[in-house]
Amino acid sequence: MLSSGEEDVPLFSFGDMMQEAVGLILRWDRDLAEVVILSLRVTLSAVALACLIGFPLGALVGALRFPGRGVAAVMLNALMGLPPVVVGLFVYLMLSASGPLGVLALLYTPAAMIIAQTILVTPIVAALTKQAVEDLHREYAEQFASFGVSARARVAALLWDARYGLLTVALAGFGRAVAEVGAVMIVGGNINHVTRVMTTTIALETSRGNLQLALALGVILLGLAVMVNAGAMALRASVARGAYA
Amino acid sequence: MRDTVKEPPQGCAAPILTVRGLGFVAEGQTLLRGIDLEIARGRRTLIMGANGAGKSLLLRLLHGLLPPCSGAVLWHGERPARRAQAMVFQRPVMLRRSVIANLRFALRVQGLGWRAREARAREALETAHLTDKARQPARLLSGGEQQRLAVARALVCDPEVLFLDEPTSSLDPASTQMIETLVNAAHARGVTVVMVTHDRGQARRMGDAVIFLHAGRVAEAGPRDQVLDAPRSEAAQAWMAGRLYTCMDV
Repeated sequence: MLSSGEEDVPLFSFGDMMQEAVGLILRWDRDLAEVVILSLRVTLSAVALACLIGFPLGALVGALRFPGRGVAAVMLNALMGLPPVVVGLFVYLMLSASGPLGVLALLYTPAAMIIAQTILVTPIVAALTKQAVEDLHREYAEQFASFGVSARARVAALLWDARYGLLTVALAGFGRAVAEVGAVMIVGGNINHVTRVMTTTIALETSRGNLQLALALGVILLGLAVMVNAGAMALRASVARGAYA
Repeated sequence: MRDTVKEPPQGCAAPILTVRGLGFVAEGQTLLRGIDLEIARGRRTLIMGANGAGKSLLLRLLHGLLPPCSGAVLWHGERPARRAQAMVFQRPVMLRRSVIANLRFALRVQGLGWRAREARAREALETAHLTDKARQPARLLSGGEQQRLAVARALVCDPEVLFLDEPTSSLDPASTQMIETLVNAAHARGVTVVMVTHDRGQARRMGDAVIFLHAGRVAEAGPRDQVLDAPRSEAAQAWMAGRLYTCMDV
């Protein structure tokens, strides 16, 4: 521990803080575990919902020709860059007591955070799915036409054949969701033991000077990011080996 | 426009497809014009001609992959046109699935149940000598095996007409022979074969009738021996004599 001398404010070296942060992780501190588990619950739920909506939506835009398809494609790409705080504000207004969905009493609950993250991640999943399916469809289009494949069967077949690429898409969505802070802060309220997730806790604890917990969560977040990317790379490699790519 | 004409078959020489005044224009360029021909039921009709003559385009129009700009393809089939035909492309398109799953997919599109799909797929694998590769990813097969699978996949749905677009153009003689055997076996079962080829040897082995295209028109059409041995059009004569020519020369 260091001291500033004149003001007697305790200062920690980075090494000390890191040591304490690693200790928190290794001890699997109860507060830390609670935050990590809630984060994963919210994020995985949001990504699952985003995939349920985004995969077929992206495949429809990528594989079928219909009036307004160009506009839909532009919208999907544009919505990839949705500012999280704007989404947070929108969901807040919808779920607040005076909002149209206020009766559901979801504001400041994990459900509200899942909704906000789903809105953020769905365009990413849909746009990346559209690209993957479009590329594959370019290759399959003539064969499908020759078989006489219906639009519905075409979308289903393309989604199935692009399945490994879509896992990477889901991982990209997970990466975006797990690192998100603005929207979940607004609609979750960062309430201790209720809606406190990793990113919001890091923001709060840093402002409080409790850097050890913030660092521990930061390390876990980084670890998750590394694991997600390593998983995506391993998947791509195994798919290429199996010639399903 | 593809029309379906409900006419009873009139013996083996009756046409299964009639083409009237077929034309196709792309980006202001006339690629096919005034094509009139008949594809006889149960026969092997080969489409020949130089590169750019319009052979593959004609095949796609016959198969219904492209709508013609003028004229019509009249179908005299016993089943709806789409269900009664299949096509094998020059470069086989393999779905990102196993060999057997490629066959199952084609059968599922036809609306067959699981048991029937499985039985027909197994049978097709055996016919194409691919049983030992059933579980392999189709894309890991060699070029010859992929084309064999493509032919088996086209035939597994029991088409009345099989269209083939230069199916052996990039294959070695052994692979070519296996493809020809599959196609001839299908023909022996009554499948009408319409195939594009550049190969005169293949035309002699496989053709009952030959349509010779030149610059988007039918330069000559008739029985194989007549077109190959005694061509009347200048373009076909040049081609059969092995003279180098372009569409501008003749």
